[in-house]
Amino acid sequence: MTHEEIYGRLRPIFHEVFDNDEIALSPELSASDIDEWDSLSHIRLIVAVEEGFGIRFNSSEIVKLQNVGQFVELIGSKAGS
Amino acid sequence: MRLTDLPWLPPAPDGFRRACRELGSASGDDIRHLAGHALDLNRLTALANAIDRVAMAGGDLAPLAPMRLGLFSNGTTSLIGPALRASAARHGLLLDVIEAPYDQAMQAALDPASEINRAAPDAALLAFDHRLLPTPANMADAAESEHAVESALARLFAIRDAVVAGTGATAVVQTLPHPPAPLLGSYDRRLPGSPHALVDSFNARLIERLEGTGTALLDVAAIAATIGLENWHDSKLWHLAKMPFSQVAVPLYAEHAARLIAATTGRSRKCLVLDLDNTLWGGVIGDDGLGGIAVGEGDPVGEAHLDVQRTALMLRSLGVILAVSSKNEDANARLPFREHPDMLLREDDIAVFQANWADKASNLEAIAKALDIGVDALVLLDDNPAERAQVRAALPGVAAPELPADPALFARTLLWAGYFETVALSGEDLLRADDYRARARRIELEASTRDLGSYLASLEMEIAFAPFDATGRVRISQLINKSNQFNLTTRRYSETDIATMEADPSVFTLQVRLRDRFGDNGMISVVICRAAGDAADTWEIDTWLMSCRVLGRGVEQAVLSEVVRNGASAGVRTLKGRYIPSGRNEMVRGHYAGLGFLPGTGEGEWHLPLAAYTAPELPMRVVRPTEGRAG
Repeated sequence: MTHEEIYGRLRPIFHEVFDNDEIALSPELSASDIDEWDSLSHIRLIVAVEEGFGIRFNSSEIVKLQNVGQFVELIGSKAGS
Repeated sequence: MRLTDLPWLPPAPDGFRRACRELGSASGDDIRHLAGHALDLNRLTALANAIDRVAMAGGDLAPLAPMRLGLFSNGTTSLIGPALRASAARHGLLLDVIEAPYDQAMQAALDPASEINRAAPDAALLAFDHRLLPTPANMADAAESEHAVESALARLFAIRDAVVAGTGATAVVQTLPHPPAPLLGSYDRRLPGSPHALVDSFNARLIERLEGTGTALLDVAAIAATIGLENWHDSKLWHLAKMPFSQVAVPLYAEHAARLIAATTGRSRKCLVLDLDNTLWGGVIGDDGLGGIAVGEGDPVGEAHLDVQRTALMLRSLGVILAVSSKNEDANARLPFREHPDMLLREDDIAVFQANWADKASNLEAIAKALDIGVDALVLLDDNPAERAQVRAALPGVAAPELPADPALFARTLLWAGYFETVALSGEDLLRADDYRARARRIELEASTRDLGSYLASLEMEIAFAPFDATGRVRISQLINKSNQFNLTTRRYSETDIATMEADPSVFTLQVRLRDRFGDNGMISVVICRAAGDAADTWEIDTWLMSCRVLGRGVEQAVLSEVVRNGASAGVRTLKGRYIPSGRNEMVRGHYAGLGFLPGTGEGEWHLPLAAYTAPELPMRVVRPTEGRAG
């Protein structure tokens, strides 16, 4: 899966999870940039990405994530290229 | 079909979140309507946020009934709160959820000044997980194990007693799900102190201790087992955020909790209304006859439908009233109940029996009135998505569960929907269905002024007209030879006859297909017209038949319009129709009268001067083969 494809599938997931269709994804985007992104919606985001891409994250992988760019790399490593 | 997707609920519409944002200040019914779809955790959260927004702006949320729920847990409940609020709206409640601080249930319950006590909740959900029940050091020691179970119960009831004493709330306690895996394997159940055995013992004693109390039970053990412990537990989320179970299971958990909380206020349904054709038996009684319907043992389709009947009977023995609403001649509909040896349901089991050609919503209203209950106490089990849609649109209070295509899953889907959840069952309840024994009453409907216009438009119908052709021949032949009810003349033709007609320019033929937003209904009507004797300007309608499944949708009018259109361009000035009674087609005795034909000279003879005909506006798109899409 290319990064472009991942961003393409990730965008509607962000919109659904945060109930905000204005969110534009960029590699530097992080929780501090989105009001609705707290520890609980973070959990919903993880679950939605796992369900949406058919992958599973480890706890250690989740706690290390700082921004969307790293998230996309992680998804890419799991979703198969 | 996954249980965690709440498959008995219709899928959420596109633009669901936009609909949530657009909720205005008087939106109790709209909120309930939105909540009535299969919502995942994100959509439940979006709806809960919208309810908050409307409530905070001082909106009037009637008829949602306000209720307060105190939520006590030893895990994280923050994602469950919004899910509960949105799911409760599905059951007519405006539920305010007050969470006790994480892992401080006992303190919050005992302190009269705690937020949760001061909020005076109506109900209190004690949502504790297996950590309530620590494993003893010596798992083989029966006494130590019993002590572990009893102390856990004592802790739980101490919190329960404090909450009830402090607030007067109805307490709801939960059974514990089993751990994701046993320690040794099968031996765990025989080891008194193993986690599995402790849970078994805890759950059994908990249920016993509820007798004679007003405390309700949320059987989480059953919910977890039904979706599978593997799907219920999520160790990762537990380690990450002390989430007590997989977030994928939250909508199902919230739905069960909401149902139960609604039941504590007396909101549960009382009557199961059953469709007949393809619901209680396979096939259509009016066309297939007693010998043709599938309801016997030894036939998988018959077995599946018997399962539905068996389930209905079990529910009846628990106080659920059974009724019938079917589009059929009354006599045909009752025939299997009276004469089919394999039927489990008999007329005796049915309190009100409505078999007619009127719309189902009108029949459901009559059933509710006859039983002296509200329409919101009814459940309609019907395999036909268009019927379910008509009822949902006309009577939003009726529960009409979605059903999968396979009847083998009907009984399970009905039970998963949990419409008859209750918190108490009295002797009177158990006898309720018997009060209606041997009635099987039929209520005459008053002429319905129900407007079906917007419902028909919502079906997004597309009707396709074409002359007979080789591709349609087999199906045309099938319809001609098997249709009995909606068949004006019951003339039977062989496939050879039909092939001859295809090629004969003096015969006007029509095969009619209907699609709607639920799918393709296939070929649903066949018409054959011939010149009447030597009168070149008169067509006689030799054959007109239609599938009863698409009655009441304007198809008859559309077909007439098409016949007139073709007749007119062939120079026809008069259409002649005949009704030949066959003993099975009573339902179309008034067909030509209803379409504006004038009575002719002989019995069952009708005619329509084309000059007197005005084509009506049709609630469907018309498709013809050569022209492509039209009007």
